[in-house]
Amino acid sequence: MYVAVKGGERAIDNAHAWLAEERRGDRAVLELSVAQIREQMTLAVNRVMAEGSLYDPDLAALAIKQARGDLIEAIFLIRAYRTTLPRFGASNPIETGDMLCERRVSATFKDAPGGQVLGPTFDYTHRLLDFKLAADGEAGDVPKGTPTHDPTPHIMSFLDREGLIQDERAGENTPPDLTRTPLELPADRALRLQSLARGDEGFILGLAYSTQRGYARNHAFVAELRIGAVAVEMEIPELGFAIEIGEITLTECETVNQFQGSKTAPPQFTRGYGLVFGMSERKAISMALVDRALRWKELGEDNLGAPAQDEEFVLYHSDNIQATGFLEHIKLPHYVDFQSELELIRKLRREAKENIPREAAE
Amino acid sequence: MTMTSDQDAARKAWLGLLAKSPAADVARLWAALQIDPSYSVLRAPEIGGVMLRGRAGAVGAAFNLGEMTVTRASVKLADGVVGHGYVQGRGKSHALTAALVDALMQTGAAGAVDAGLLAPLRAAMAARKADRAAKAAATKVDFFTMVRGED
Repeated sequence: MYVAVKGGERAIDNAHAWLAEERRGDRAVLELSVAQIREQMTLAVNRVMAEGSLYDPDLAALAIKQARGDLIEAIFLIRAYRTTLPRFGASNPIETGDMLCERRVSATFKDAPGGQVLGPTFDYTHRLLDFKLAADGEAGDVPKGTPTHDPTPHIMSFLDREGLIQDERAGENTPPDLTRTPLELPADRALRLQSLARGDEGFILGLAYSTQRGYARNHAFVAELRIGAVAVEMEIPELGFAIEIGEITLTECETVNQFQGSKTAPPQFTRGYGLVFGMSERKAISMALVDRALRWKELGEDNLGAPAQDEEFVLYHSDNIQATGFLEHIKLPHYVDFQSELELIRKLRREAKENIPREAAE
Repeated sequence: MTMTSDQDAARKAWLGLLAKSPAADVARLWAALQIDPSYSVLRAPEIGGVMLRGRAGAVGAAFNLGEMTVTRASVKLADGVVGHGYVQGRGKSHALTAALVDALMQTGAAGAVDAGLLAPLRAAMAARKADRAAKAAATKVDFFTMVRGED
């Protein structure tokens, strides 16, 4: 039960004033600019864009500054802003095959056409703190090679040519949109992918890890992981044709998983898919594993009762803004609810006390 | 017909370039052009969102990936030529300039606008791409097989 109470305005104003001062920190230290966050905290900016579900690095950097680095709070700010934007339309499906790959690795084929390109990766670093960065360690010159300008085809297309991998089915022209219609179950794959793409990285990672540890294991290989810039194209009614309206960085992960076959069809590998704003391969790989786990019904697999197979469990708990909203609301005043609980427990104790001596005497 | 699609292709190219170029570059080059056309605003610069779509498995059914900020504007030059601008991000003057450039590119000023504004933007974009491609190329793995010492 909720009862409106008044009061606390002065305390709230003063709390927010103090919050602003704490956000600024020690004034002897230079203030952080939004541009510095955008350029130097890029992966935090990427995460806020991905889970805020809005590609705008400047806004994400501002949100991180405002949220004092609390990324879920920053995501909340972006989600709130997003709802104020008029929707101009939807892009044509992005062609990740045309990506200018800055990173592209395959765990399945060593000599894939286009090659294995490491890009600016943390892999193979020793995870030792670099104290040069605490002094003023300016980055040195980056070695440059000679780009071949060869196309970098999706590795999955080679398996596809041999018929070794299941086809991707075409879908509706207008996919369902959970920002317009509340999420309803059962969800089709398009809706699940939308939900996973904006879901909490930690939650999706945990679920993906659970499939690796045996809760609906799906034997995933990373057929390909690619990161780079892609153009975004949209049909413009007043022009009568499509134009590029921007360029974004995406991380894409395609997994190849164990077989499916039947009496009429020979065995084929199956697929999982992850696509995320910015550079976020942990999230993209996790998304692909969870996508694959959620496809059990469509692929005729057994429901093993694993969390990652449970669409309702996954989709209704992966949104960190919904989760944090409901979780944190319990710290807000519930005085009346609790008053009734208090009265109830006092009554129960009174009754218990009256009954105990009587029973002891019997 | 071919003429129209050629014109459309050229227009598509400059509109895409304007959309993807940094707002600061567009503003600087526009100011340097020192063109001051008289025009009326058909659609005042407006900030909005576009839902970006991906495909399941890169080639399958479309799904909604998330939105992107976009600003658009439309103008009409005194001689009636209409220009549209759609640019990435929240840049009202960026969108308005893009619309003006789109209109001017359909007039006799096209040569000057292309040389003074679009050509430098094209060069800057090509340079940015080449720089990142060169850095990526340097991180390409050259595998070699180690001789195993079993025999």
